[in-house]
Amino acid sequence: MHELSLAESAIALIEDAGRRESFHRVRVVRMEIGALSCVEPEALRFAFESASHGSCAEGARLDILPIPGEGECAACGIRAEMETAYDLCPQCESRPLKVVRGTEMRVKDLDVE
Amino acid sequence: MCTTCGCGSDGATIDHHHAGHPYVARRRGIAAPAAAAAPGAETGPGRTADAAESAVAASAAAHLRQVSIEQDLLARNDAEAVANRRAFAEAGVFALNLVSSPGSGKTTLLVKTIERLAGRVPVAVIEGDQQTSNDAERIRATGAPATQINTGKGCHLDARMVGDATASLPLARGGLLMIENVGNLVCPAAFDLGEAHKVVILSVTEGEDKPLKYPDMFRAADLMLLNKCDLLPYLQFDVEQAEAYARRVNPDIRIIRVSATSGLGMDEWMEWLAAGASACDAAAPALEQV
Repeated sequence: MHELSLAESAIALIEDAGRRESFHRVRVVRMEIGALSCVEPEALRFAFESASHGSCAEGARLDILPIPGEGECAACGIRAEMETAYDLCPQCESRPLKVVRGTEMRVKDLDVE
Repeated sequence: MCTTCGCGSDGATIDHHHAGHPYVARRRGIAAPAAAAAPGAETGPGRTADAAESAVAASAAAHLRQVSIEQDLLARNDAEAVANRRAFAEAGVFALNLVSSPGSGKTTLLVKTIERLAGRVPVAVIEGDQQTSNDAERIRATGAPATQINTGKGCHLDARMVGDATASLPLARGGLLMIENVGNLVCPAAFDLGEAHKVVILSVTEGEDKPLKYPDMFRAADLMLLNKCDLLPYLQFDVEQAEAYARRVNPDIRIIRVSATSGLGMDEWMEWLAAGASACDAAAPALEQV
């Protein structure tokens, strides 16, 4: 349940932004979550609802924008989609691909009033 | 509220040992799950007509604006980890984050390690568990200073807890700081504590395929200790297969086969620790003459 810690971090980032940008209510929170990150989107959704209680993001809709995993082979240089963080290069099968995309866990932006 | 440090009353506690009172880290309380009350998001019984509702939504939408955040969820933890790492580097301390499943033998390995290093390399320990200070007491019985962090409902240590805990620990230049994380192969992988390396402990009483089942942790670690190797004659555990799985997830991982009980591989582990500790000592800023 590290998603709870991550959701609490998200709320802290949002509340900081609220003080900086002078908003009091958040309607929509958009987060980018990579397929190769350690986040289970449904667990994050549940945790977010819990962690947002009493904050300016209470009741906000959470939109999770998935980012597919992508890796590069150190040996032959091709880029390929990755389903797990240890997928082998589909061309030369020599080594696991090096992850270049898909580990993101970011608060992207908000709709606020 | 803790009168020593002004911390709150919820969440993780750090055992101050010397002070004899529970230290409660300054952490945000977590509200119980509650049904979301998103205006306009749910349609329930007793709602007004659709037309009225969409008029309200349109009026609300007119007041909405978009605010860009573009910040990593781990940004705060990472900032605290950077501060810890800087403090460890300045103190000339080799800090390790020991991670594993519950029951892999981390604490026994740590006790045997401290006993072997006694008189050569000073060791301080941070113990992380959800509850009890049993592990810190086992460490203190060796003579090494230890602080227990109880994470309560938390499933991992974070950088702030470690920063708070190190404030009450003597960190000797050229020494080791061993941070025994909560037994959990999932959550601690994401949380940088400011350590020099994560060391993952896999025991031969577990499955060979743990590195594939929990790849994040084996990818985050620089060293794997394959523990309880004295039990291999009694088990159906394929060592080569386990190591191949670990290298598939992390081709650069170093692996040492050990047994805390029989002493197998402990010399190699001691050499690795002593080399790391002396490198940290050499890299630390020169001691100032005060």
